[in-house]
Amino acid sequence: MSNAVEPRGLSKIGLQINGWLVYLFFYAPIVLLVIFSFSDSRNVGKWGGFTLGWYEQFIDSSNARNALENSIKIAIVVTIISVILGTMSALALERFTFKGKRVFDALLYLPIIIPDVTMAVMLLLFFGEFFEILDNLFGLQLRKGFWSISISHIAFNISFVSVVVRARLAGMSRDLEEAAVDLYASRWKAFRHVTFPQILPGIAGGALLAMTLSLDDVVITQFVAGPGWTTLPVYVFGLIRKGVTPLINSISVIMLVSSMLLVGLSLLAERTRRGG
Amino acid sequence: MRKTRKLQVLGAIFAISLLAVTACGGDDDDSAGSACEVGQIDGDLAMYNWAEYIDEEQLAAFAEEYDISFTLDTYESNEAMQPIISAGNSGYDVIVPSDYMVSILIEAGHIMKLNLDAIPNSSNISDDFSGLYYDPKAEYSVPYQWGTTGIGVNTAVVGDDFPRSWGLIFDPAISGEFNGQIQLLNDPRETLGAALKYLGYSLNTTSESELNEAKDLLAATSSRLAAFNTDSADEFLTSGETVIGHGYSGDMFVQFLDQDNYEDYVYFVPEEGGTKWIDNMAIPFDAPSPCTAHTFINWMLTAEQGAALTDWNYYDTPNQAALDLMGEDAEGYYDDLLDFIRNPELFAGGVDSLESIEDTGDFETNYSDAFVNAKG
Repeated sequence: MSNAVEPRGLSKIGLQINGWLVYLFFYAPIVLLVIFSFSDSRNVGKWGGFTLGWYEQFIDSSNARNALENSIKIAIVVTIISVILGTMSALALERFTFKGKRVFDALLYLPIIIPDVTMAVMLLLFFGEFFEILDNLFGLQLRKGFWSISISHIAFNISFVSVVVRARLAGMSRDLEEAAVDLYASRWKAFRHVTFPQILPGIAGGALLAMTLSLDDVVITQFVAGPGWTTLPVYVFGLIRKGVTPLINSISVIMLVSSMLLVGLSLLAERTRRGG
Repeated sequence: MRKTRKLQVLGAIFAISLLAVTACGGDDDDSAGSACEVGQIDGDLAMYNWAEYIDEEQLAAFAEEYDISFTLDTYESNEAMQPIISAGNSGYDVIVPSDYMVSILIEAGHIMKLNLDAIPNSSNISDDFSGLYYDPKAEYSVPYQWGTTGIGVNTAVVGDDFPRSWGLIFDPAISGEFNGQIQLLNDPRETLGAALKYLGYSLNTTSESELNEAKDLLAATSSRLAAFNTDSADEFLTSGETVIGHGYSGDMFVQFLDQDNYEDYVYFVPEEGGTKWIDNMAIPFDAPSPCTAHTFINWMLTAEQGAALTDWNYYDTPNQAALDLMGEDAEGYYDDLLDFIRNPELFAGGVDSLESIEDTGDFETNYSDAFVNAKG
C-alpha cells in the first residue's frame, strides 16, 4: 500500500533534494556556530586555531554563571506552575461547559498572538503601577526580580501549555473515562488513572515547550527583570554591543546542548514508558 | 447588569488609587537625595550599566569598603534602559545614560537632582565637561566615560603617510586607491555628520542646503565603499575586509589591542573634528538607596577608581586626577593608547573640534531621509 502513495522518479528525487536542503538550511548555521565557538580569534568567522578558551571564559565569568543560574531557577518554577495551570485550563475548556467559556477560550490565545514587545510593555507598566499601589495602600515594598520574571513567563506559557494539552485531549476518546465513571470510579480516580496517563505525553510536551520558551525569552524578561536578575539570553544580548565574539558562540552551544539533552531525555522517557 | 456595576466599582477604585499614586509620586522626587551626606549609606547598591563597561571587581571593592552587597545588571542600548527606568520601580540606584538620553530623562523627571555636597570629588572632573548641553549646570549627571567617532586605518596597507582628514574617505583623489576597502557607519547622524565636518559645517546643522551638500558628497562616495556597517567596523578592519574604517574609539582600541600586529592599526579623529559622546552616572528618581548611590558616584570619581575604570574598559576618562594614575602596568599598545587618552590635544584638530550629536527635533527626519537617499 505504501508503494501506491510513495512518489517515484523525478518527483521523488526532487522531494529528497528538498528535504536535504531544508536540513542544510536549519543546521548549517548551527554547525558553523559550534565550530567557531572553538576558534582562537576574537572575530567570529575567522578561524584562529582550536581553543577551549571561550568556554573557560564563560566558566570564569561570574556574570555569565549568575545569569545561567537565574535562568535555570526561573525556568524550573515557570515550568511547574504553568504546566499545572495550563493543564487545568485545557481540561476545563475541553471537558466542561461553563459561562463565559468562549470568551475565556479566545482570551487564552492572546499571549500567543500579541507581539512580545507589547506584552513586555504591558507587564512593565503593570508591575510598576501595581507595586506602587501596594506601597501606597499597604506600605509593601516590593521589587522586581525573580517573581516578576516568573509571573510574566507563566503568563504567556499557560497559553502554550494549554494549546498542547488540548490537542492531546481533543484526539482522545471519552469512552475510557466514561467507562471508568460507569464502574464507580470517583472523578479524581478517573482522572488519576485514566485521563492523566493518556494526556501525559501532551503535558510533557507542554512542559518542555514552557521550559524552552522561558529559557529563551529576551524581550519580556528584559523589561520585567529587577536588580540582580539578568537571565542568560538577556546577558548575551547585552554582550553584542561589544561585537559578536566566540564567547557568545560558546554560551549558545551550552544552551543548545542542554536543550537537546532535555528533548532527548523526554523522548527516552517516553520510549521506556511505552516499552514497559 | 450586576456584573457591570461590579466592574465599574473596581474601575473606580483602580482609577482612584492610580491618582493617589501619581499625586504622591511627584513630591519626594527631588528631595530624596538632598539629605544625603558624604559617605552615607542607606542600603545595598544596584547598578544598571552598559555591558562590559565596569569590572565587577571594582563594584566588589566598593561593596567591601562600605560593608554592603551589590548587584550589576547590563543593557545594550540607551533605548533598552530608558523604558525600564521610566516605568518606575526599577530598583536601580545608579544608571549610565549617554548624553542625549540624560536630557530625555531630565525632561521626563526620571532622574533625580544630585546633591553635589555629597559628591565632593566632582571637582576631579576636567573643565572640558562643564556646561554640557544636556545638563548645563551639571545638576543631574556626572560624566562616567567618554569617547569619539573617528577613523581607523590599517597602516600595513595604507602606509603611514596619509592625511589626518575625513578626506581619507571623502576625497576621491586620496581614497580612490582603496576602492571597495572603506567602511562607513550605518548611522544617519554619524555618517552625514562626518561629511558635514569634512565640508566645514556643524554636524548639528539644520540648514537644508548644507545637509544637501553632505548628502551629495556621501552619494558620490558610496560607490567606493565596502559597506555601511555599525556593529562590525572594527572587525572588518582587523580581518582585512577594509583598510579604512569609520567607528567608535573604544571599540577600535579594544579590537586593535587583541591583534598580534596591533602596531599596524591607527585610530585618529580627523583634523576637521569628529563626534564626541559622553556617558554619565545618574540616579533614577525612585532609587531605593539614593545616599548609597551618591556615595558610589563620589567614590567612582576618586583618582584611583577613575584610573581603574579606564584601565579596564579603555574608554577615555573625564577624571582629570585619574590621568596620571592610569596604566600602572601598561605595556605596548595600551601604553601608546594612554598617550592618546591623556592628551586630547593629540586629536588632529584639538579637543575643541569635537562636537556632540544633539537632538535637532523635527529636522531629524531630514537626516534619515538624506541618508537613505545617499545610500541609493
